[in-house]
Amino acid sequence: MSRKSLAGRIARSPRGAICALLLIALVLCAIFAPWIAPYDYAAQKLSMANTPPSAAHWLGTDEFGRDLLSRIIQGARTSLSVSVLSIALSVLMGATLGAAAGYFGGVFDKIVTVFVDLTWSFPEILLALILIAILGPGLHSTAIAIAIAYLAQFTRLTRAQVMALKGELFVDAAVTAGARPGRVLFLHLLPNAMTPVIVAGMLATGDAIVLEATLGFFGLGAQPPVPSWGAMMSSGTAQIFIAPWIIIFPGLVIATAVIAINVFGDALIEALDIRRPLRDG
Amino acid sequence: MLRFAIRRLAMLVPVFLAVSLVIFMIIHLVPGDPLEHLIQVGSSPEQRAQMIARYGLDQPLLVQYGRWLAKVVTGDFGDAIVMRQPVSQLIAENMPHSLALGGTALFFSTVVGIVTGVLAASFRDSLFDQAVMGFILLGSTLPSFWLALLMILMFAVQFEWFPVSGARTWDALVLPALTIGIGGTALIARVTRAAMVEISQRDFVRVLQAKGVPFWRIQLRHILQQAMLPVMTILGLRIGWILGGAVTVEYVFARPGLGSLLITGLGQRDYPLVQGCLLMLAIAVMLGTLIGDLAQAALDPRLREAMGAR
Repeated sequence: MSRKSLAGRIARSPRGAICALLLIALVLCAIFAPWIAPYDYAAQKLSMANTPPSAAHWLGTDEFGRDLLSRIIQGARTSLSVSVLSIALSVLMGATLGAAAGYFGGVFDKIVTVFVDLTWSFPEILLALILIAILGPGLHSTAIAIAIAYLAQFTRLTRAQVMALKGELFVDAAVTAGARPGRVLFLHLLPNAMTPVIVAGMLATGDAIVLEATLGFFGLGAQPPVPSWGAMMSSGTAQIFIAPWIIIFPGLVIATAVIAINVFGDALIEALDIRRPLRDG
Repeated sequence: MLRFAIRRLAMLVPVFLAVSLVIFMIIHLVPGDPLEHLIQVGSSPEQRAQMIARYGLDQPLLVQYGRWLAKVVTGDFGDAIVMRQPVSQLIAENMPHSLALGGTALFFSTVVGIVTGVLAASFRDSLFDQAVMGFILLGSTLPSFWLALLMILMFAVQFEWFPVSGARTWDALVLPALTIGIGGTALIARVTRAAMVEISQRDFVRVLQAKGVPFWRIQLRHILQQAMLPVMTILGLRIGWILGGAVTVEYVFARPGLGSLLITGLGQRDYPLVQGCLLMLAIAVMLGTLIGDLAQAALDPRLREAMGAR
């Protein structure tokens, strides 16, 4: 399947295309944050504290008079990079674990399966909180906590994919031709098994944004003055009666990002025709 | 059924041991001397010696774990460092609030979720169905703490219908339960709808239609009955998620409960408190999953036999 035809198939669902554009815009915002943001995200101006949205400050200001729009744009950097990196890490670890377990079987597979079953029934937020308890608050621990919280999902999915493909003829052919297990696994099996895993990873990035925001809201993620969408709202709860915009706008951005990821992911699943492995995995 | 229940309960023992081991290890995995995390700054040498004896910090790890576990199963989690109270007492005070919230939210999501799912499936592709699908997307993606804040803004600040926070009166339960319930409702409505749609395409439904059985009788008496099976599966698997939502929501509404106690403990680095809360929450999730499994087995004899035969 060529790239062009995939893009074409996604574009056939207008909702998917619109969401793809939204996501690209958000990522660009995160990358070029310092140039796009109208104000310095950390510049305090106490005389302007808690002012409602106006022509000068489109989304209003927070309790220190900092421009909310600039902080949201800068926060996109923190929130998006933490979520994307942690899920990438999670997919990498999960795919390796799951592929090895599915391909080699035996005791190693048993151990991996027990670990997956154990973490599977626990909500991600609880797993993340256990890890934060060990690692201490901060952005690094948040990223690691999110990566481990989603590890079971990707391990399970990759394992199921590899198990399903293991019996295929092309794998037998490779083994007969004398390919070593590592080569069979990484060159033959994984490329064919990864599509649903990567799409699941993309969908999980949406959940990771919410998880990052939740941990940030608890004060366990980004530490001040670094803005992240969740941490911004945390300080906003004290002003909920006088400056509700501090809570409304960052939340709206999170909601937009997460919904866009979900709708786009749905279009992608449709275009790639991989609903079945995702559901069964 | 009883044998199945006992067997299923026995399967939880190794899970409990593994989970409790991880939670026990927290205190040893945190960088620094475990002792420093167990006592207040400036404690006397006697207090230090007492802590070493209590946790057996001079013993091998496995022995320490055994001692800790033996205490924990009798309900002794040690003393919270900052709040200077036994952890078990704090948990006992907060637990009923969490149970009330989790139970109400679970009940609400199940009832409303199933009704919405049935209606959406019965009027498939109608405006109502599309609205439900939209709600499902919103309900399953929006961060629950933001929903909670919006609820406060709307119903507590703007309309002043319900209290902003706390748990002093019964109506303080409404907004938190609703917030958790929205996510749960979306989940259950989605599964109910999908199962109803799938089952309604089976042959026996066409036979019923041909026999002239009334529409709603087919929907409720025949299709819904079978659709309950996947709903129960998901409910069993995801009960933890619904209860986990309580952690976040309790904190936002400043409601007493295990979740807000845990967040407070994490913020204060009060490790005995964190360990106690995490263990209780983990047990809640495990029991929730167990109840889900039992409900599923009660509905589906095949599952009972498959499990009993093993």
